[in-house]
Amino acid sequence: MEKTGSSLLDLTYLDTLSDQDTPVHRLDPRVKLLTTLLFIVCVVSFNKYELSALLPFVIYPIVLVALGNLPLGYLLKKVLLAAPFAFLVGIFNPLLDRAVLVHLGPLEISGGWVSFASIMLRFVLTVSAALILVASTGFNAVCLALEKMGAPAAFTVQLLFLYRYIFVLGDEALRMLRARSLRSFGGRGMALQVSSLMIGQLLLRTLDRAQRIHLAMRCRGFDGEIRIARQLRIGGRDLVFLVGCSAIFLFMRLHDVPRWLGDTAMALMR
Amino acid sequence: MHMADALISPLVGGAMWAATAGLTVYSARKLKEKADDSMVPLMGVLGAFIFAAQMINFTIPGTGSSGHLGGGMILSILLGPYAAFLTMASVLTVQALFFADGGLLALGCNIFNLAFFPCFIAYPFIYRKVVGERPTRRRLVVGAVASSILALQMGAFGVVLETLFSGISELPFTTFLLLMLSIHLAIGVVEGLVTAAVVTFVCKARPEILEMAAVARPPATPALKNVLAGLLVVTVVTGGALSWFASANPDGLEWSMFHTSGKEALEVADQGPYALAARLQEKTAFLPDYGFRKGEEKEVPATSGEGDAAAEAGKGKAEEWPDVSAGKSLSGLVGAAMTLLLAGLIGLGLRRSQRKR
Amino acid sequence: MAGRHGHGVDAVSHPVVEVRDLQYTYPDGNPALRGLSFSVAQGETVAIVGANGAGKSTILLHLNGCLMPQAGTVRIGDFPLSKRTLPDVRRTVGMVFQDPDDQLFMPKVQDDVAFGPLNLGLPADEVDRRVMHALSIVGAAHLKDRPPYRLSGGEKRAVAIASVLSMSPTILVMDEPTSNLDPQARRRLIELLKTFEQTIIVATHDLDMAFDLCARTIVVKEGRILTDGPSREILQDAVLLVAGHLERPLRLQGCPVCSPPG
Repeated sequence: MEKTGSSLLDLTYLDTLSDQDTPVHRLDPRVKLLTTLLFIVCVVSFNKYELSALLPFVIYPIVLVALGNLPLGYLLKKVLLAAPFAFLVGIFNPLLDRAVLVHLGPLEISGGWVSFASIMLRFVLTVSAALILVASTGFNAVCLALEKMGAPAAFTVQLLFLYRYIFVLGDEALRMLRARSLRSFGGRGMALQVSSLMIGQLLLRTLDRAQRIHLAMRCRGFDGEIRIARQLRIGGRDLVFLVGCSAIFLFMRLHDVPRWLGDTAMALMR
Repeated sequence: MHMADALISPLVGGAMWAATAGLTVYSARKLKEKADDSMVPLMGVLGAFIFAAQMINFTIPGTGSSGHLGGGMILSILLGPYAAFLTMASVLTVQALFFADGGLLALGCNIFNLAFFPCFIAYPFIYRKVVGERPTRRRLVVGAVASSILALQMGAFGVVLETLFSGISELPFTTFLLLMLSIHLAIGVVEGLVTAAVVTFVCKARPEILEMAAVARPPATPALKNVLAGLLVVTVVTGGALSWFASANPDGLEWSMFHTSGKEALEVADQGPYALAARLQEKTAFLPDYGFRKGEEKEVPATSGEGDAAAEAGKGKAEEWPDVSAGKSLSGLVGAAMTLLLAGLIGLGLRRSQRKR
Repeated sequence: MAGRHGHGVDAVSHPVVEVRDLQYTYPDGNPALRGLSFSVAQGETVAIVGANGAGKSTILLHLNGCLMPQAGTVRIGDFPLSKRTLPDVRRTVGMVFQDPDDQLFMPKVQDDVAFGPLNLGLPADEVDRRVMHALSIVGAAHLKDRPPYRLSGGEKRAVAIASVLSMSPTILVMDEPTSNLDPQARRRLIELLKTFEQTIIVATHDLDMAFDLCARTIVVKEGRILTDGPSREILQDAVLLVAGHLERPLRLQGCPVCSPPG
């Protein structure tokens, strides 16, 4: 119940975050989407024992969080909440892959631990990139970008509908849950049967609502095609961002920057 | 269970993206043929319903833990396979963007695991077959439970395959598979029971809804779908197999790439566009040979002079890797499959741009 | 069946809405309308009142073709309601639904207000003009970039009305426009509607609003018209109202503090 209530709040909060006016928010949504995808591909394309070369990539979320006026703590919390699956699968690596890979003085680190750390680092990077995308762009703009980039209209339009009615139906579900918890004692109202009936009720209401929405659309001349009059323009600033980020990602992908830095530092010290 | 970006390789992620993008375009076109303009709002609102329904949690009998609805089967029953696929895909998209469930690159995998299997396999081949033309209560229950179990088992199998083909996790195939399948057997039973209860409730309260769904949205003609499914399975299996078995000898598509970009330049330096392209190719491992790469690059995180020992350890490991000499023919096969897929996608893209004009 | 005919002669000579012997039975066998007739003249404001399930909403749904008459006729202006005239009818009649959440389905307020004009195929600058005009009429111009789920109840209602006004209908049909509004928002809405020149037909339980806003009231009971006449007379007639499962508007009832009954 707490979790479910907060998931709605999360939606609302992320949505509010996207309603700002910062250099990051002003970028064209298509550019942000492409950059995010490129970032993720670069991050996951390293081999599984890679750790040091991954590190420079944190620069991207960090810069965006800073420029986009996004709350770092909140985003980190969200990232951690989503971690269990990657953690559970990754944690087997140290158990199964015991070949020693790194010697740090007397300390021997197995390949499993290195790859586990790598998995968790990838996880943080990719998930935060996705969260930053939506927090700095807004879901509707992401949908619009998808459509402009060739996604079928039937897909993007119903995505918009889905997002619009999450708030309405989520409230309805919350009210039902409240009513249930007020009258269920010792968890007895939680039985499969009761919940299924509640879900059934919610479904009937949803179907009725879908019918009314369709009527309301028809009343205003809906003929099967949704028209949204909004222009997207990719300006010079957007291009600079896209090209700049791509170049940086590729550079970081091809050069192990921390290692190079380390080598240089060692050489200088000698 | 959602696949995560952190566990997949770009090849697997990309292949699954391509597969789901193709399925999305295909489903959208199928939907357009029906020309029922009430579908799109209905799909959107039902997608939102899945979220709301997931908020209504329940106690899983006998365990004391609580679960919630997945949704793929119930959407298929209400909307038919095409619309349900699109709706489920958007539910997963929202989950990826807002709840960090999975990730953007893994989205393709997740849509395939959690939308393709229930909508295009379990619904037409299990649920419809069991329930038939005249649904009775018992048939509804059996059909919903059986199809939910099957869909989740296949989804779990998908997760295991994608994880292993990506080569990031060390989990051995059989262990991971058994683990995932048994967990998802339990989840599937519960999902099936809830789905059945909801469907029978709707059936009792408003029988016309399900009748409408059954009459107006018959399952797809299996012929086309089989072809599509077959194509996808081939692509995924071969693509995955390659990343698993890729040998040190570059052949097929990979070889031709090396050839055109100049293998020498690779060794020389990182200067000039060719060298860069070759290095990029090698680094991003479009067709990654982990066995090969591991031997060479094991010393990665070593901080200083310990590199030798690490490399040694790396070589020791590299020998355990399946070094398949039949890679040449396999690689050729994959090259063919990927070319096919690419060609298909380019065709679709051209068609779209034509239509826009 | 219809009681007093207090409305002007105009309504008979030049009706913009004419309903004759309308009957409708829902698919579940529930007869909602059992043959009812009325006509509305240009510029009239009419309240349709009655108990829950009396058939108010069903009447409204017929006025712009959300439902088609099973028997009888509906005429909007010069168009008899049929599949063929549907686009014309819907351009003439703007329908405001009871739950604004059903009506505001687009991502942003301005998209919603532009939805109708865009479907009419108007050019972009004309659409923009209409959107801004409609929003400024209802006093919601500052909300244009907001998503609908972040509006208050009163704002939602105002935007829902704007989304219909942008199609320039000559007849406005509203289902329970004052439901779920706080008293001030309700008052603002009534004052706003008073300024409209369109023909207005509202279905409502809010008899005080009917008294304030509508010169004429139609009382519906069990799918038939119980009475039809000037609001001032009908809403005073306690006997008649009780027959329709209603009561006199609160403001016409005695003040319980200064003049207790008995």
